[in-house]
Amino acid sequence: MDFLSYLINGLGLGSVYAIIALGYTMVYGIAKMLNFAHGDVIMIGAYVAFFSISDLGLPLIPAVLLSVAVCTLLGVLIERLAYKPLRSASALSVLITAIGVSYFLQNAAQLLWSSSTKVFPGVIPSGGITWNGLTVSWVTMITISVCLVVMTVLILFINYTKTGRAMRACSEDKGAATLMGISVNRMISITFAIGSGLAAFASVLLCATYPSVNPTLGAMPGIKAFTAAVFGGIGSIPGAFLGGLLLGVIEILARAYISTQLSDAIVFAVLILILLIKPTGLLGKKLREKV
Amino acid sequence: MLRIKDLKVSYGMIEAIKGISFEVGDGEIVTLIGANGAGKTTTMHAISGLLKPRAGSIMLDDTELTKIPAHKIVSLGLAQVPEGRRVFAQQTVEENLYLGAYQRKDKEGIQKDLGDVFSLFPRLEERRKQMAGTLSGGEQQMLAMGRALMTGPSILLLDEPSMGLSPLLVSEIFHIIEEINKKGTTILLVEQNAKRALAIADRAYVLETGCITLSGTGEELARDERVKKAYLGG
Repeated sequence: MDFLSYLINGLGLGSVYAIIALGYTMVYGIAKMLNFAHGDVIMIGAYVAFFSISDLGLPLIPAVLLSVAVCTLLGVLIERLAYKPLRSASALSVLITAIGVSYFLQNAAQLLWSSSTKVFPGVIPSGGITWNGLTVSWVTMITISVCLVVMTVLILFINYTKTGRAMRACSEDKGAATLMGISVNRMISITFAIGSGLAAFASVLLCATYPSVNPTLGAMPGIKAFTAAVFGGIGSIPGAFLGGLLLGVIEILARAYISTQLSDAIVFAVLILILLIKPTGLLGKKLREKV
Repeated sequence: MLRIKDLKVSYGMIEAIKGISFEVGDGEIVTLIGANGAGKTTTMHAISGLLKPRAGSIMLDDTELTKIPAHKIVSLGLAQVPEGRRVFAQQTVEENLYLGAYQRKDKEGIQKDLGDVFSLFPRLEERRKQMAGTLSGGEQQMLAMGRALMTGPSILLLDEPSMGLSPLLVSEIFHIIEEINKKGTTILLVEQNAKRALAIADRAYVLETGCITLSGTGEELARDERVKKAYLGG
């Protein structure tokens, strides 16, 4: 029973990684850049949710919606101000800028809200469902359900709507997409909006499990979700989902059976191994050009 | 009417198009012929907005295209079939065609044009649910042309439509270009296959290292000794 309960906890943690990884993978798919400030958008989302619950006294759902709204806006703003001017710059300049934005957000948070850790209020009741000696907490169940819903909606959106088709077209060939009348800039904006909005969901789910809010809160989940995205095949949406879940499970199992201290190292070691065997990640594919 | 005047396009310090002027009248087939690297594709990209020219003017009827963002040009009735087809490999034939109609709102018109594209290219209808990346080169060329027709163009720019195709398919593609033109769409055709291009063109221009060196009717140029020597293999 222990193994099963670790597995379910792993899926819970993995669901959060998967939701964050979607932000990395979608932005990479369309803008071909790694948005290293994505983790810090999560941090901002956590603060917004924290203040709306503790200070404004909002119930959970409106607090989450407010956090989603702020993060969406922030994501679009970051893209417009920091990345858009670099559209034709080298990938390295964009990467360095992204790291700069990340530091900027962390330090702004420290300046605004101090570096001391705030305790996130218990928004989801503790306890859960016990069945045959196996207890699954409400938080885990909600996290996994949210992840499944997000995944389904996103896949339907990308595959079956006009905007989704246009986004996929941009990710394949921006020039050809432009010839169809698609505004590539607008698609990039939409992608940042979706990714950052999802980051807000992730922040609340994360804080429901680990209830401490501080300016560097997004850094570790951010880097792990990035790992998950690469693991699954960066640019692939099902890849982010699979990579996130696997990473969560590996992390929890490593923590339980091998070593708590080494669990992160093991997670990254698995990534290195996968990339050595399959450089494009689990579901990533290399496209061949047809002549 | 498409009127290009003193167009200059540069890549960094290198001037690829050195001030060319030409025009394409309504209903015409006009071809630009020239060797590899003469600047044919650059010219096409400048017209469709993918490249911003350094100087000069590109007028479509009364609109100055150089001042309009690339993605808005297609809704003015100018579509380009890019060199190398550039279909969206990971989307189905049908999805590719609907992407052509991305900026259109007239649902009935879109369905009518889809029917027209399928009657022009029956092969595409057979393969409508197939991923574009799995099509043969010829089928991808048809899809690229069908996709451009779905934008509802009054003028169609075709960049090397015969590249890499078997002689039989080349004949088919050129036949279809004439057919599209007969239905009222103006054609600007860029080709390395000068013989074929001149045979269907009303008028033609020869582009050499960024300058237009000759112009005339398709027939005139096909008989011109210089053209024969340089582009028609003797």
